[in-house]
Amino acid sequence: MNNNYRIKRALALLLLLTSTAPLAQPLQIPVLYLHWQPPVVAVMSNTLPPPADEGLRGAELGISDNNTTGRFLLHNYSLEAQRSEDSAALLQRALDWVAGGNGLIIANLPAATLSRLAQHPQIAGRAIIFNAGSSANQLRTSDCRSGLLHTLPSRAMLTDALTQFLVRKRWNRWLHISGPRPEDQLYSQSLRRSAQRFGATIIDSKTWSFSTDLRRMAQQEIPAFTRAKDHHVVVVADELGDFGEYLPYNTWLPRPVAGTQGLVPSGWHHSIEQWGASQLQRRFSEHAGRWMNDKDYAAWLAVRVIGEAVTRSGSDSAATVYAYLLGEQFQIAAFKGRKLSFRDWNGQLRQPIALVQPNALVSQSPQEGFLHPLTELDTLGYDRPESSCDFATTLPPLQAAAPLQTRANLSTLNPREDLK
Amino acid sequence: MIRALLLAISATCSAAALADLAYISNEKDNTLSVLDLDTFEVTATIEVGARPRGIVFNRDYSKLYICASDSDSVQILDVKSGQVIADLPSGEDPEQFALHPNDRHLYIANEDDAVVTVVDTREKSVIAQIDVGVEPEGMAVSPDGRWVVNTSETTNMLHWIDASNHQLIDNTLVGQRPRHVEFSKDGSLLWASSEIGGTVAVIRTDQRKIIQQIDFKIAGVHRDKIQPVGIKLSDDGRYAFVALGPANHVAVVNAQTYAVEKYLLVGRRVWHLGFSADQSLLLTSNGVSGDVSIIDTNKLKVLKTVRVGRYPWGIAVKPL
Repeated sequence: MNNNYRIKRALALLLLLTSTAPLAQPLQIPVLYLHWQPPVVAVMSNTLPPPADEGLRGAELGISDNNTTGRFLLHNYSLEAQRSEDSAALLQRALDWVAGGNGLIIANLPAATLSRLAQHPQIAGRAIIFNAGSSANQLRTSDCRSGLLHTLPSRAMLTDALTQFLVRKRWNRWLHISGPRPEDQLYSQSLRRSAQRFGATIIDSKTWSFSTDLRRMAQQEIPAFTRAKDHHVVVVADELGDFGEYLPYNTWLPRPVAGTQGLVPSGWHHSIEQWGASQLQRRFSEHAGRWMNDKDYAAWLAVRVIGEAVTRSGSDSAATVYAYLLGEQFQIAAFKGRKLSFRDWNGQLRQPIALVQPNALVSQSPQEGFLHPLTELDTLGYDRPESSCDFATTLPPLQAAAPLQTRANLSTLNPREDLK
Repeated sequence: MIRALLLAISATCSAAALADLAYISNEKDNTLSVLDLDTFEVTATIEVGARPRGIVFNRDYSKLYICASDSDSVQILDVKSGQVIADLPSGEDPEQFALHPNDRHLYIANEDDAVVTVVDTREKSVIAQIDVGVEPEGMAVSPDGRWVVNTSETTNMLHWIDASNHQLIDNTLVGQRPRHVEFSKDGSLLWASSEIGGTVAVIRTDQRKIIQQIDFKIAGVHRDKIQPVGIKLSDDGRYAFVALGPANHVAVVNAQTYAVEKYLLVGRRVWHLGFSADQSLLLTSNGVSGDVSIIDTNKLKVLKTVRVGRYPWGIAVKPL
């Protein structure tokens, strides 16, 4: 029975395509997805590593969603993906892509690589790059690039979201614990900024630098390490999950843990089911055979944002899409209970942030009572007056094509200098 | 004595004959609540399949069709006995549906499959499946039976299906996350709500183009919380009632001028609406607060709020 219907449906669709638009040429919308594969870092808690295809699977699902819509408009979306440990190779791929006349790139890249990509003279002004991989604050404050949009939340959005929740519960006195890695320092900076912004106090700050195997020793080591003046909550900055997983229940005082472990702020989580999200979660897990994480969601969202702009503007040119996305009329529904739009001063997609524990959604920020003259969503992350961006909401007119940079000019990149 | 007699009569007639009865589907209780529209009391609770959402009566009100979403079926309730007597094939995850004026063809939105399934209720068989956009949701059939319209929540379109041959003929792009569509009594206009867009579009059926977009504004409620879902149009052409979701209000729209005349405060997360038989009452299903608000449509006042099951969703009214 089912096959029969599939065939009938296919025929019906064919009829529809041929009958409603016999002369129109299908619009092709190719999208490039770049993924820098970080070198494997040994962490003490050998918990689940992030999936190797995180992000990519979200982009694929976005393409499939867009094509379901696109078949009614003769819009055909396609994805080309490249994953590499070599930043230079990824940059070269982007250059080739833009030189070939394409303008849509989704990047799951570290901040430094992304910044170079966005300001490369062959790319700046000719392509839109959707950052679905880096939460670096500097890309939203001092190092903005016209043409670079962010669907992944910044660290500041995450720590602001968490801090609003903690402050609302009057958990204002924090014991802060940071890992030694550069990304932990950045997360810690972001926590300190949020604390100051919303009126929390860090009563003590400690850096975890032990090499003890906590899988066996947490119960002995952590209580001693977390002895401090009284506090309401332990906030932790351990992005790779080296030691933070062992903090909950082992602290000297019986206090909740929040930050990169414990109660975690995130752009997406498998426990989100409100606002129709269970439909997206089901589609994703059927497609990928695993749960959707924040990088998957950011990549899915980037593709959906492209789809929305192409559907509404009827054009796939980077300049039109970019102008539409940063214009007043743009809005997108994305299973977060309210419409999302881009900040037109730094290209960040404003969005609610989930606060989750391993298997449940605890809350969603912005919290009630945190007000903003424009939208409460702008209480999360750097607001317009706080950013020193030189960010244009239109792409400059196309310059005459210049010869491509050679590979040699790009290979000077050192991936280790990249901060995620 | 007379009172006792009346009571005895009403008891023997079970909950049926003395008033309009509103059937409310309770999404998280797997039940229907039966609400007496004379006494405003719940007179019965009926166990049905998993996650009941859309519900609709057949023409003579002898059967109630129920989308049991998580049971992946449309159930048929025998209204007289209050028993589920059959399951119809429905495709996966049926959420909303509409019954054709021929009283026979049921058009079902299958949210997970991006299709609309057409079921012959007499033969209990699927007679067609039509590809639509991502997450099909709202369904309506024009009063003349010519058009079937489906909304797709992520594609943001209304899909126009020719009921005579089940071909998709046209698509109308609307605001973000279209949830519900409702034809005017004469079928010339179609009203469509966009939940995340926060708007209602009025569309001319003959052109399939938007002629009016309605915005809502409630003092003290953030505009992002104004999320229109259910729509009901009064037969006299005077009003459109729009349920505004987490804004906890129903908007009363002048159906001639499209001006919003009033906002009525109801329960929390108001989802769908249903009229009493003479349209003097309008019921609202309030999901989060688990109750139904009853509105007097002449005075435009909320009369009472009645507790039903958990997450009331759909409303269908059986006349006296």
